Amino acid sequence: MHPFEAVRTALEMIWAHKLRSFFTILGTVVGVTFLIAVITLIEGMNNYVEGELAGMVVGMNSVVVRRTPSMQVNPSRETRRLWQSRPRFTFDDAEWLSERLETPGEISFSSSSQGRVDGPNSKTIDGVMITAANAAYFNARDMKISQGRAFQSQEDARGLPVVVIGADVAKTFFDNTSPLGKTIRIRGFPYQVIGVMEPQGSLFGFSLDNLVIAPARSRLNGVINTRNTIDQISFKVADPRQLITAVAELEGWMRVRRQLAPTEATNFEVETSEAALSFWTRISTILLLALPGLVGISLVVGAVVIMNIMLVSVSDRTREIGLRKSLGARRRDIMSQFMIESGTLSGFGGLVGIGLGLGLAALVSMVSPMPAVVAPWSIVLGLGLGVGVGVAAGAYPAWRASRLDPIEALRKD
Amino acid sequence: MSMTKAIPKQGKPPTEESGTIILTRDLQRQYQLGSETVRALRGVDLEVRRNEYLAIMGPSGSGKSTLMNLIGCLDTPSSGEYWLNGQLVSGMSEDALARVRNREIGFVFQTFNLLPRSSAVENVELPLVYAGVPRGERRERAMNALESVELANRMGHRPNELSGGQRQRVAIARALVTHPSILLADEPTGNLDSKTSEDIMVLFHRLHESGQTIIMVTHEHDIAQHAERLVTLRDGRIAADVRHSQNHASPGATAES
Repeated sequence: MHPFEAVRTALEMIWAHKLRSFFTILGTVVGVTFLIAVITLIEGMNNYVEGELAGMVVGMNSVVVRRTPSMQVNPSRETRRLWQSRPRFTFDDAEWLSERLETPGEISFSSSSQGRVDGPNSKTIDGVMITAANAAYFNARDMKISQGRAFQSQEDARGLPVVVIGADVAKTFFDNTSPLGKTIRIRGFPYQVIGVMEPQGSLFGFSLDNLVIAPARSRLNGVINTRNTIDQISFKVADPRQLITAVAELEGWMRVRRQLAPTEATNFEVETSEAALSFWTRISTILLLALPGLVGISLVVGAVVIMNIMLVSVSDRTREIGLRKSLGARRRDIMSQFMIESGTLSGFGGLVGIGLGLGLAALVSMVSPMPAVVAPWSIVLGLGLGVGVGVAAGAYPAWRASRLDPIEALRKD
Repeated sequence: MSMTKAIPKQGKPPTEESGTIILTRDLQRQYQLGSETVRALRGVDLEVRRNEYLAIMGPSGSGKSTLMNLIGCLDTPSSGEYWLNGQLVSGMSEDALARVRNREIGFVFQTFNLLPRSSAVENVELPLVYAGVPRGERRERAMNALESVELANRMGHRPNELSGGQRQRVAIARALVTHPSILLADEPTGNLDSKTSEDIMVLFHRLHESGQTIIMVTHEHDIAQHAERLVTLRDGRIAADVRHSQNHASPGATAES
């Protein structure tokens, strides 16, 4: 029998026994729904953390030196005291390093703190992320400008009061009019807007567009940080394969700069985006390891239900099987008919599960800050598992059907 | 009235030219029922020639169902030979038997055995599905078969939308669609009223006239009278084998439903 016929028969069976089919595929639906929802949310987080969060904290393909770690999980009092005792990085450190680093790449540096920004017409925003950086910062963080331009290294060197603002700041202050050339006040100092950043959305409910970036040597120097010091120096390598070399080189030169003896501990932090990712990688690994167990239980339950329903179906249709055999169906025709039927049934459950799973993930990402991104492989996996469970669960009933004696089968009422 | 024909126990298999479609030699079938052995057939020698119209009769327990199952290749004999259309069928594997059933035999059952959720034409197509006939040809041949039983206008109807007689005619179309060597009917009128039964007998008569070999198992004498040869079984053996072409009741021009 042609597989297509069997699939059609299966779909007719599903349609003819809607309620029974619904309960039959429930296990598969639940299992696949769960699978798709979780994978979609993990994928969303992955995308976010790898593509943007890590890039935002450290910058992709970059190695960073800082006085304190960028991600801190409950440091002890002693640890914090140790960090406080460390020397700060300075403009001169960045200059000194850029003259010595041999790995091809670019040095950028920045300091950040939250503060108040005043716009025209007495509009004010509190808690804006104010960053003072050099001109290379935009390139190092892959920051895209949607209007105007970023500031240049000459403007930074001369400490001109120019600023690039985030999309939220632009919207709040200037709504639909162009912010370019307008003046805003950062911590009370007037700055002229020369560029607007592309919107970046939000993460965990926090807007990523509520920021301003001004030259490090402008009036903010000494306001958001101790004068002439910076939070972090970042080195973005031209060739990602040289990141490891760059880590060693940067750490090495910085130790030379601070005249640390070989026996002394490094008194600064060296970070890469990979390190920033490791935290999330750990969480997602745990989730992905726990997932098969949870999905597996649903699918095993689903398989048991499908097997029982198929046994009932074989018993109900004994005469039909006898008839088909009398008309020339071989064992393998009967066997494949029932396996395809059960595979189609369960595959249909898989499709429903994929739909529900995507819906669930969309719902979660709508009502919570969790982002959701559909992983194409999860769709294939969901459908494959659905069909696979059906075929596996249908094998024994199908085998039973194929072994029926046509005479006995035809005689059954 | 002539008694059972003596068939040589040894010899060449029947060939096409001889016109023999069925030949059995000392066909036996035993069942094990617990510790007891039931000898349902105790040695049947039967020859059926092409275009014969044969009825098998006998009281219950005479072995007529067993013989029908063997002739229909649904069962294999405990011993003896069975030649069907030049092939030695006894001892064939199950898959080979399925193939023979598909190509050589058209079954008609007492209870019609139509698939309830399939239309008339889909039911008729079913044997062709297992024969591997492509879709388009299948539909065409099924339509022709339905036409030959005068049901072309009911092709899209499901069995529950058809009368008993119409259902049996769909089943007959299904049996004929593969152009089988024999039409094997098991009590074909058992579930029909006498008027409809007569219609089916008219149809059988017409099929026989057009060259179809028909073997019909029945316990109804008046139905058996329609056949030109009557084989009676008793206690697992052929008790009588009568040709009565002079009696061959040609069912008159009764109106068909």
